[in-house]
Parts: sequence; C-alpha cells; structure tokens
Amino acid sequence: MKIEILGTGCSKCNELEAKVKQAVAKSGRFLQVEKVSDLQKIMAYGVMSTPGLVIDGEVKSTGRVPSVDEILAMIA
Amino acid sequence: MWHDLSRAFVYETLQLQGRFADALHFFLYDTVKIWFLLITIIFAVSFLRTWMNTEMVRAYLAGKKEFTGNILAALFGIITPFCTCSAIPLFLGFLQARIPVGVTFSFLISAPLNNEIAIAMLFGLFGWKITALYIGFGLAVAIIGGWLIGRTKAERYVLLDVPVMQGDLHVAATSLNLAQRAGDAWKATLEIFKKIYLWVMAGVGVGAWFHGFVPAEFIADYAGGDAWYAVPVAAVMGIPMYASAAGVMPLVEVLTEKGMLLGTALSFMMAVTALSLPEAIILKQVLHTRLIATFFGIIGVGIIGVGYLFNIIL
Repeated sequence: MKIEILGTGCSKCNELEAKVKQAVAKSGRFLQVEKVSDLQKIMAYGVMSTPGLVIDGEVKSTGRVPSVDEILAMIA
Repeated sequence: MWHDLSRAFVYETLQLQGRFADALHFFLYDTVKIWFLLITIIFAVSFLRTWMNTEMVRAYLAGKKEFTGNILAALFGIITPFCTCSAIPLFLGFLQARIPVGVTFSFLISAPLNNEIAIAMLFGLFGWKITALYIGFGLAVAIIGGWLIGRTKAERYVLLDVPVMQGDLHVAATSLNLAQRAGDAWKATLEIFKKIYLWVMAGVGVGAWFHGFVPAEFIADYAGGDAWYAVPVAAVMGIPMYASAAGVMPLVEVLTEKGMLLGTALSFMMAVTALSLPEAIILKQVLHTRLIATFFGIIGVGIIGVGYLFNIIL
C-alpha cells in the first residue's frame, strides 16, 4: 500500500504528514509514505485544495486534515 | 450583556472614575464582544464551508460563459474555504479545466475579500448594513475586475504550460458526518482565534486610547476627512496590513467616529483584504509580473472608486 500526501508546504500539509505517520505506526504495518510537492503531480490527481491524501492512487480527502482514527480506517 | 458586565467591573468592582475608566470600559467591552463574535461567526462560516471545496467549484465553473462565469466565481468566493497558500494549485487547476483566467481572478479577488475574519470583525464592529455593503461592493469589484482582466488576454501571461485535464473533473468529495464537520470547524476556529486574538486586543487597545483621549473631529482637523486624497491614501495604506486585518478593523471603527468618512474606511478595509501582497508574491511564481500589476491596478482603482462613490452617496 502506498500513501501519498499532496501539498506544497502549507502548515496543514505538515500536520497531515505527522498524522499519517502516527496512523501508520498505530496500524503496526509497514507502509510507504511519500510527500508529493510537485505541482504537476498534484494537478494530475485533480486536487486543488491542499493537503490531499491519496492511497494507492485514489484521492481520499482534500483540503482538510483527517484525524488519526479516520486515517487508520482508510488504511485498514 | 457584555456592556453591563464590563461597566459593573470597571466602575463598581475597581471603583474607577473619569477618562481612564471610560477608556478601560470601552477596551474591555469591545475586546470581549469581538472575541465572542469572532468565535461564533468563524465557527458558523467554517461549518457551512465544510460542504464546499474548490474542486466542486471548478467542476461547476468549467464551460461557463465568461461574464456569467465571473459572477458565479465571485459568489463562490464567499462560500468556499480558501487559503492564500493554495492560490497556485487553484490557479493551475482552474486553467486545467480551461476556465478563463479572468473568471479565476474573480474568484481570487472575492475569496480573500470575504474571508471569515474580515466578515466577523465588520459585523461585530459596524453591524450588518456595513457588512452587507462591503460584501456587495466587494462582489462588484471582483466581477468587473475579473472581467476586465479577462479582456487583457491574460492567458499569455501564464508562465507554465498547463495541459487540459484528462478524465473526470469531479473528484469524489469526502463524505463527512455532522460531528466531523463540527469538529473540523471548531478546530479551524481555534486555530484562527489563536492567531488573531492578540491583534484584536492591540487594535481595540489603541482604539480605546483614541476613543478616550483624542478629540472628536481629529481626522477632520488633521487629515482632512473629506479631502479628495483621503480615499487613495487609505487604499495604499491598507496594502501592507494584510496579516493584521483583525487588529486594524477596531482602529478603523474609532477613526470613523473621529471624522473619517465611511467610504474612505470601506476602501481601506477592502485594500487590507483584497490587495494581498502574500497572494501576489505566491502567484508571481506562475504569472508574469505584468499580469500581477494589472491585477493590483484594476482592483486598486475599483476599491478607490467604491470609496468615492460611497463618500458621495452618504
């Protein structure tokens, strides 16, 4: 499973990254987490309101920071 | 309610009298009232905005005719959550859907103008009539300004080559329940409040000092309340104050009390929110300076026009 965090360095993007890492640690699984700041790639996902959360190529949330539990449910 | 509490505290509990007591009462009353209103209004606005996102706006605006598009984009600017930090993804995303640059600018003018802090402060300090006028004239500037920018063939000033978006524009919206929406809105409210509550106190504090110690008609005597240059000077002064809208508004309230004309005040407040330097700097990464200058020029003229119009009418 591959988790991508779309963001151009806004404070919410960093917050999402921290939350995702917490969720991954909680899940006890080994998951690939990647931060995407390249605009062309973010555009390709159709996301404009950052931060965006993409799991296995599917946009799961945009413009908000989901809670650790929400992220856990997404990667379960 | 706040009024009586603050009055009782200053005059009875502290046993204070005179000018200092009046200023302190004004300070306490205004600070608490504005804090309360800020939290309430920002929460309400953030809550309602959880139903909207820019991806939905794009899907809706795609393919719309230019003038209609300008009107819709300006209206969407009021109800869509927007952060200056995502101005570039928004700009490029709209371009991907081949939404005209002028229409995008209508959105980019309207959204910061109608930010939740400015609306809450205006409503708390000046009441709903001035707030409605501010929003109404702000929309007019956004619609006409965006349309005019479109007339300059602005597309040639975009520095990146943006391919047309392939596939569906409709990104699956995150579905949230009411508790999640309320939770998000509350979190956003606290974040904003933490950033601005000291600014509010500082603004009200200086305002209270002005209120108590500076004679009425101060502006009229020293800065020429109805002088022809009052409006443009106010607009130019508003440009660098973007970060501190919350602190500036209480000052404007007191200045109007001391003889500043309402149109001048309105121009100033619009310049604070709409002529945002950080936004210009961010957009400069993907836009030619000429387009940014056109953007600032047109909005500046629009804001000054609103100020004059207002001073003549009222």
